[in-house]
Amino acid sequence: MPEEKLKPEEILDISYTPPQKDWIKPDVKFKKGSFGYAAQGKHLKYLDLPNPRDWRPQEDDWQLPEDWENIIVKGIKERLGKNRAFQLFLDVCVRCGACADKCHFFIGSGDPKNMPVMRTELLRSVYRKNFTMAGKILGKLAGARDLSVDVIKEWYYYFYQCTECRRCSVFCPYGIDTCEITMMGRELLSLIGINANWVTEPVANCFRTGNHLGVPPHAFKTSIDSALEDIEDVTGIKVDAPINKKGAEILFITPSADYFALPHWYTLMGYLMLFHEIGLDYTWSAYASEGGNFGFFQSAEMAKRLNAKIYAEAKRLGVKWILGGECGHMWRVIHQYMDTYNGPADFMEEPVSPITGTKFENARSTKMVHICEFTADLIHNNKLKLDPSRNDKWRLTFHDSCNTSRGMGLLEEPRYVINNTCNNFFEMPDNTIRERTFCCGSGAGLGSDENMEMRLRGGFPRANAVRYVHEEHGVNLLSCICAIDRATLPPLLEYWVPEVQVSGVHELVGNALVMKGEKERTTDLRGEPLNGKEGQEDV
Amino acid sequence: MNALYAFFAVALLMLVAFFGVWGLGWNTLFAVMIPYAALAIFIIGLIYRVVKWARAPVPFHIPTTCGQQKSLPWIKSDRIESPSSTMGVVARMAMEILLFRSLFRNDKVQLEDKKRVTFQGNRVLWLGGLVFHWSLLIILFRHSRLFMQPVPDFMIFVRDIDGILQGLIPAVFITDIAILMALTYLFLRRVVFPQVRYISLPSDYFALFLLLGVVILGVLVKTAWKVDIEGVKVLAMGMFTFNPVVPEGIGPAFYIHIFLASVLLAYFPFSKLMHGPGIFLSPTRNLINNSRAVRHINPWDYPVKVHTYEEWEDEFREAIRGVGLPLEKE
Repeated sequence: MPEEKLKPEEILDISYTPPQKDWIKPDVKFKKGSFGYAAQGKHLKYLDLPNPRDWRPQEDDWQLPEDWENIIVKGIKERLGKNRAFQLFLDVCVRCGACADKCHFFIGSGDPKNMPVMRTELLRSVYRKNFTMAGKILGKLAGARDLSVDVIKEWYYYFYQCTECRRCSVFCPYGIDTCEITMMGRELLSLIGINANWVTEPVANCFRTGNHLGVPPHAFKTSIDSALEDIEDVTGIKVDAPINKKGAEILFITPSADYFALPHWYTLMGYLMLFHEIGLDYTWSAYASEGGNFGFFQSAEMAKRLNAKIYAEAKRLGVKWILGGECGHMWRVIHQYMDTYNGPADFMEEPVSPITGTKFENARSTKMVHICEFTADLIHNNKLKLDPSRNDKWRLTFHDSCNTSRGMGLLEEPRYVINNTCNNFFEMPDNTIRERTFCCGSGAGLGSDENMEMRLRGGFPRANAVRYVHEEHGVNLLSCICAIDRATLPPLLEYWVPEVQVSGVHELVGNALVMKGEKERTTDLRGEPLNGKEGQEDV
Repeated sequence: MNALYAFFAVALLMLVAFFGVWGLGWNTLFAVMIPYAALAIFIIGLIYRVVKWARAPVPFHIPTTCGQQKSLPWIKSDRIESPSSTMGVVARMAMEILLFRSLFRNDKVQLEDKKRVTFQGNRVLWLGGLVFHWSLLIILFRHSRLFMQPVPDFMIFVRDIDGILQGLIPAVFITDIAILMALTYLFLRRVVFPQVRYISLPSDYFALFLLLGVVILGVLVKTAWKVDIEGVKVLAMGMFTFNPVVPEGIGPAFYIHIFLASVLLAYFPFSKLMHGPGIFLSPTRNLINNSRAVRHINPWDYPVKVHTYEEWEDEFREAIRGVGLPLEKE
């Protein structure tokens, strides 16, 4: 949180009317609370990235390499030739403005450069100057501008004020996806040594230890073990969690926050209980101990470098297929990129649920199934005994993660699981769910504490919809299937709608799951009394 | 300011044509040579641009999914908005191109009392865009009769439908009125709505003024100035058969009309007007959502430096042994 916490009405003292002045002259101020710290030199060095040094965005001198302009122009040229989307999206925008008020950062900040069309113009203007005839001849009249250090600063500020959520691309009549532009912008910045620490440090961690949090194998084991103890406390059942077990049928991979943070922990317990109950032959991996991929927030190459571990480990352990936990951008990468990056995964088999015999034909090439698909199938085939009343203290709503909705289309599976494990489910308004869902405001490497004001702004549209169902239906829980959501929605809601808590979907499964031989449960996975068992909330 | 630049640019073009024809009598230049050149630039430029896009690979499979994926058989998937087959993609593209599906989703956000935001469906831009593009298409279709002898029945039929109001306003077509209203709206929103004004460049106004100029002159030459339509047809047929004749007495207004249209054609490939061809190639719209079922190949994929299991085990061997996890090398 910023030291002097702004009040909500101060945060929302904004206007959606842009200034009269045009935008073409770069102008950016690094205001405390609204940007992330720069990546430290040691992380760049560890990852063999260019121009490693320690620097601060709010200082004048960014210590750029001598020929930085060349590097950027060459970088743009290379990417234009390698990526149709990049070229096309720079060329075809008509500036109709349909995207303008679709971005959560614009809605929460009123900063006109947060209109998706403007975010792209920041780069498009340089493209015009260097790569189009009109831009070369007419300059400013054609919306072209010279590359300058100030332009680079603007890029850093605004490309790290985009969570790559793709909401704008749903509304664009040509499907222009600002995420693609932001990704290219960040790759270009990375070429001259400009990276955000909240991205690069987890990347370096992940490269070394196998996960973003930098959890070494022994701590990983200890962590999983302590979740097993917690499960025993709640259910009286000793659950096993194999790690690095060769010959297991399934490799399970989930974001590292699930085994190290709250409220992720309860979702982790949910997974473990479910796997135990159905007798799944599976294993964790301490090497591929990260489902998320912060490399994706830096460059395609870095995403591929981190993602490689998943298939490598599946091969080493000899599993038949891979099951993936609840995470947003992890699933964008797995659904749309992994097979391309590191496939073909022909050393595995087409995923088949060992419990129901269901073939997951939609994952026949990638060989990786989403836990919500897996669990929905179990429930549909009556393989789980569920007592939804154990979740009766929750009146919940569901937050579609940007990536699983707009980059995958996983909409009904989690809802099916929720509807079978809970009795009081309420949807947020239509404009804010499914493919139109609003980002938590902290995805794509923006979740650092120093960026808190911007996070509260970017997350405001989400919180606004949560507040609506809280007021209308008394909703007190926001469930989601994303680890970044679980990490960043709690402070967001604490600020905007403090009455509402956050959970993963498999926490709800864990609560509702009636396990063979379990003792009578008196608490939920959070250790809080179950409804009617011990009076009301008493933590 | 940006609008003014564009306005003057179009006004200047009109003056050029006017003096060229009325003052200098360069009728053949404006009626034949420039339109031919413009058409050549249009065709070559269009092909060049589309080929340039098409040659750039699509390294990753990035459809924007706007509906339920095809996963478990008992979950109803959205076969169009999250297409699971080529047919689905075709339907999705058709909806996008013919009906502007995505623009139809548009809503407007409003901030109330510095407390909450509300959303309201806002389909005006969708309507304006749709009316403009469809009117333009029908008008172009109507124009094609100038190049045909005899005029096919179907074309006469469309013309009669479009001209159903001519009992009230002689020589004016519904699409004439519709396109003028749509273009006026598209222009006004750029000046009136602050967000759109902020993002609008001179080129955005230029395209609009050019179109407005073409349309207004087109209507005027039919109505107020009653151009010799037979003469125009002789010219058009002549050009179409590469045997151009420039008849006398068509009048300068027609030349300005055809000159502005030529500029529009020649400008097309170098401008944002390429959004028309571009949408067909848009990877967020034209790909099947099947990237876990069928592997998408990146043609420029290259090996990257990874941290192998062996390197990892070497670094953490003692720790791994300490907690009793299995090792590859003891």
